[in-house]
Amino acid sequence: MLKRVHFEPSVLPYLLVAPQIIVTVLFFLWPASQALYQSLIVEDAFGLSSEFVWFQNFEELFKDPLYWGSFQRTFVFSFLVAFLSMSLALILAVMADRVIKGSGIYRTLLIWPYAVAPAAAGALWFFIFDPTVGFIPYALQFFGYEWNHKLNGNEAMALVIFTASWKQIAYNFLFFLAGLQSIPKSLIEAAAIDGAGPTRRFWTIVFPLLSPTTFFLLVINVVYAFFETFGIIDAVTGGGPANATNILVFKVYNDGFVGLDLGGSAAQSVILMAIVIALTVVQFRFVEKKVAY
Amino acid sequence: MASVTLDNLQKTYPNGFKAIHGVDVDIQDGEFLVLVGPSGCGKSTLLRMIAGLETVTEGDLQIGGKRVNDLEPSQRDIAMVFQNYALYPHMTVYNNMAYGLKIMGLSKSEIEERVKNAAGILELTEEQLSRKPRQLSGGQRQRVAMGRAIVRKPSVFLFDEPLSNLDAKLRVQMRIEIKRLQESLGITSVYVTHDQVEAMTLGHRLMVLNEGRVEQLGTPIELYEQPASLFVAGFIGSPAMNMLKVEVSDDGKSVHIAKGIDLALENGGLQSHAGQNAILGVRPEHLDLAPGMDGALPLTVTLVEHLGADTLIHGHFGDDQTDLTVRVSGIETVKAGDILPVSITKDHTHLFDPSTEKRIAL
Repeated sequence: MLKRVHFEPSVLPYLLVAPQIIVTVLFFLWPASQALYQSLIVEDAFGLSSEFVWFQNFEELFKDPLYWGSFQRTFVFSFLVAFLSMSLALILAVMADRVIKGSGIYRTLLIWPYAVAPAAAGALWFFIFDPTVGFIPYALQFFGYEWNHKLNGNEAMALVIFTASWKQIAYNFLFFLAGLQSIPKSLIEAAAIDGAGPTRRFWTIVFPLLSPTTFFLLVINVVYAFFETFGIIDAVTGGGPANATNILVFKVYNDGFVGLDLGGSAAQSVILMAIVIALTVVQFRFVEKKVAY
Repeated sequence: MASVTLDNLQKTYPNGFKAIHGVDVDIQDGEFLVLVGPSGCGKSTLLRMIAGLETVTEGDLQIGGKRVNDLEPSQRDIAMVFQNYALYPHMTVYNNMAYGLKIMGLSKSEIEERVKNAAGILELTEEQLSRKPRQLSGGQRQRVAMGRAIVRKPSVFLFDEPLSNLDAKLRVQMRIEIKRLQESLGITSVYVTHDQVEAMTLGHRLMVLNEGRVEQLGTPIELYEQPASLFVAGFIGSPAMNMLKVEVSDDGKSVHIAKGIDLALENGGLQSHAGQNAILGVRPEHLDLAPGMDGALPLTVTLVEHLGADTLIHGHFGDDQTDLTVRVSGIETVKAGDILPVSITKDHTHLFDPSTEKRIAL
């Protein structure tokens, strides 16, 4: 039995958790509740009058073909960003894992892009691909291809996918490398003695053993593509041309702060919130149960 | 089934470190060779060279009369049991054993037959075959690792300290099983260990390695009775051999151990080292308590350890401070401070040259 003194009431524990509680309430719970509340009202553009309309904002949203278009676009964008950044990161990690000389430098350099701010990364790729001054459109011209993401929606989409993936590769690389290094070397040697060549070893031993890392990164990357690519979209395409890169998170900003439809924008962010919650639940449920070997 | 021949096998790492300084040995078909030595002596490196996991820098390696220096591990017709078992954690026990067979391209029924057969030999139940390695105990994982080696029907088994992750009791049991298995299958085996008891009990022949050099190669009995160097003498046998710094008398007929304590030598003595220093080695079990015997040496007892079956008496001779161990069977009631008469069984003394550390033949 524990003695009663252990549970003597004291303010100290409350003081110790207070900073965390205050930050959570102030910056997470309060804004979230505001969004929930705002999603149920309609306000005029000047903020002079507002009316409580229950779920009318949501109803309008679900009737809006532009919203469904954005939804679809977001899924394509997220899937391609996650796939591209994870597969490239895995290839780089497998190669970095084999490097013996100068591996430290190699790894450090590969991690750098993660430190670049989204808007700065966006500006960088914007200039590289700029139809007027960028060198890649210039190079593509030699092959007879005319690149202009300011006019072509698919090219604009490809460009934001490249940019968003490029920024995320470093993060994925770090986790994949750590995952690869935690696989005991003797397993690979045992497979080599069993007669498996490098490719077969990778797909039958290494890749399955990396599955917890892969699944974790998949969720992280989808969340990233859904919510953290706003800066890139804003800097590179501004959602255009003709909504071609207008993904959900950008639409929230655009409708709310440019279009001044605060209620509709709040309704969209509530839906995004629900998606994050769902993804988080999936992650916790699966990472701990299904993907463990 | 095959012989393994190592001809001046050497290994130098790219950083210039020489791990193996030239090893020659002919391992007969069906022989069980144990590589033994302290950690860092190169025994694992040598085994990994045979397996093909480390490159050979110089010399020839032949398995079954064929030079295999440049062959991939999978082409050498070997199977290896790793220290940490190296079982594939995401596969069932059955698939762990079947993995190599699937790569060989055997038919499903052939694979099943071989796995079931190996499981039978190793007493793994049907139910255990469908489990994942992490659901097995240490001893069972060890069996699976051996099973994975057996199903391949290799010409050579390689064992890299397979028992060092097991507890003491299980280690003794598995040691016996490995010996039985190797004898019944008759497959040439190379076994690495740092445990001299394992080495003595398992091997047909032992190779003692020290700093990448072969100290001695021979049967367990040869190593025990005729250790070629101080290193082997100290390594083989437990408790370790007693080493005394002695002076050989001017006529070479006796050695001087401590003030007033001399030991006469057999076979006309040691003329070649007359008047020089030498090291006298006597195993604890070859020192006997000899009350009232002529020529017994007085041992001053410092510590007594009771093991039940044996009693280990620690002490020293006269003013010589070298700690000695005497092993007496049964329970002996002595205590620290006693002075006991001790006799040395003559044909069980070993003399070593202190400068070359090699055995001096009498």
